[in-house]
Amino acid sequence: MSIILNNISKQFGDFTALANINLDIPEGELVALLGPSGCGKTTLLRIIAGLEHADRGEVFLKGSEVTDQPIKNRQIGFVFQHYALFRHMTVFDNIAFGLRVKPKKERLHETEIKKKVHALLNLVQLDWLANRFPEQLSGGQRQRIALARALAVEPSVLLLDEPFGALDASVRKDLRLWLRHLHHELNVTSIFVTHDQEEAMEVASQIVVLNKGHVEQQGSPSDIYDHPANAFVSQFIGHTNVFELGQQDTFWLKNSGLPTPETGKVAHVRPHDIGLDKATGEGAQAILKDWQHLGALIRVELLSKDADGGMTTLFAEMPNEQFKALQIDKGDKVAVRIRHAHWFH
Amino acid sequence: MKITAAAHAHKPLSLSDPDGFKYLLITLTLAIIGLFLVLPLATVLTEAFAKGWLTYRDSLTHPDTLAAIRLTLLTALITVPLTTMFGVCAAWAIARFEFSGKNVLLTLIDLPFSVSPVIAGLIYVLVFGAQGWFGTWLSDHDIKIIFAVPGIILATLFVTFPFVARELIPLLQEIGHEEEEAALSLGAGSWKMFFKITLPNIKWGLLYGVLLCNARAMGEFGAVSVVSGHIRGLTNTLPLHVEVTYNEYDFVGSFAGASLLAGLAVVTLVIKTFLEWRQAQDLKSARVASE
Repeated sequence: MSIILNNISKQFGDFTALANINLDIPEGELVALLGPSGCGKTTLLRIIAGLEHADRGEVFLKGSEVTDQPIKNRQIGFVFQHYALFRHMTVFDNIAFGLRVKPKKERLHETEIKKKVHALLNLVQLDWLANRFPEQLSGGQRQRIALARALAVEPSVLLLDEPFGALDASVRKDLRLWLRHLHHELNVTSIFVTHDQEEAMEVASQIVVLNKGHVEQQGSPSDIYDHPANAFVSQFIGHTNVFELGQQDTFWLKNSGLPTPETGKVAHVRPHDIGLDKATGEGAQAILKDWQHLGALIRVELLSKDADGGMTTLFAEMPNEQFKALQIDKGDKVAVRIRHAHWFH
Repeated sequence: MKITAAAHAHKPLSLSDPDGFKYLLITLTLAIIGLFLVLPLATVLTEAFAKGWLTYRDSLTHPDTLAAIRLTLLTALITVPLTTMFGVCAAWAIARFEFSGKNVLLTLIDLPFSVSPVIAGLIYVLVFGAQGWFGTWLSDHDIKIIFAVPGIILATLFVTFPFVARELIPLLQEIGHEEEEAALSLGAGSWKMFFKITLPNIKWGLLYGVLLCNARAMGEFGAVSVVSGHIRGLTNTLPLHVEVTYNEYDFVGSFAGASLLAGLAVVTLVIKTFLEWRQAQDLKSARVASE
């Protein structure tokens, strides 16, 4: 195990930022700390880095306890949300900083440093920017320089705080993929913080879902998507239809193929687990209200009448071709088939 | 005037100037500045040179004047580094750490701004003077503070110590902590972090504070006057020397000294403008860099 957290707790006044966090992060993984804002994910990252002190609990990096070690002894690389590049230094000097502040006997010769900085600049594909100042770079370039600077000291763990948070949508997409490839190349254990579930699914090999200072679930992206541990994870990752099964709802849901529900449980159904058929009369449970083209998928918005006259909205998703084959349009009646549901209390 | 209003039609109505109010205000401001600032400054120069260049030179090279200049420089040389060090420490503590009593500390730092300089001098007389708390002990050990150079330095320290701290606190808060944290994460110790990251980022603001502090240290009259004792050639700083010579009807001597202080003010203003400009540039580029 590369990173182990034992019972980490942190209070800010009356606010519990983290409550008894236990985490094992294996060597070489690219982990996303995912959660809504205020869930404690950045605090946790800063505690691992040593920028923040936990009230209780221990931090182990590569098998040795570092709970009371200052950040400079932890061999971590930290990439800040707003890059935190040294504004009065050139890109070259920024990246060389970590190499130049080493104690004299560990410090490389200046020619070695030069070689290494250029190798890093090549790694992030920005060698031509060596003599620029941070203010002359674009957001994406700054982020890559910040990463190169963190990598210069050959950290055993790389920590990134909302690395794409301040970037344009298009730049963000490119950088996500680039980070994933870079991680494959370097294989250094990395943790990044994000509130964007899509980003976590796309980039990470492991996801830790945090909520209100607790770990809700840890697992691979497909684990978390296919087997959410609880209602929070199910709703936070991807889209979900939530059916609270009161008396009224049960009738049409049962007809949709949903097994007889246990009382007091809530059904979570992914949009792609809902099938549709064109229907008339008795077989029809819902009306097609609207549909949107999402690219490869069509999202269908359905209205279903409850026994007491109220309306339930549900979403289904299916491939383009399948939707065309159904030959349905707004206002048509449809039969709903629920193929799969997760049950939570 | 109607044409002017039309030409500025794109501005909000409240900013347009139908009656030439702008010119009235500018003229008034210039007149006041001329009357109360430029004219007296010109008087200082004409009075200083009233009896010719040679007399001017002689009064400046008079041993008492030279002693006053030396004492003024010595005072500044000792107090400015001390207030700078204090200012950096205090600003650092306040901008970077949370602790109880922080607001009390902030208020205390501002105290010299709100206390009359004469009071600042008096408190040292009360503490260190012959009749003061430590008076007997000091005279027993033959240590002179009041009516001597140490008293002048203490009084100057009192009136100058907010300058650097007050300048740096908002600056450090605006710059933020992230670059410093980045330096630490890259293996820098606290000292390296301070000298390689923090100091370059605050240097213009720091110089600005030091400059104002220096101007005050060299120009302070009230507080120093109380503790100095006005001993010619020994405890007169330049501002005190100006007063003493004036009271003795040595107008050329007095205004010659005043011309030096006025020159200091002009140089201070020029450097101050430059520093303000540089600092604004730095903050602007920093804001661009973190967008």
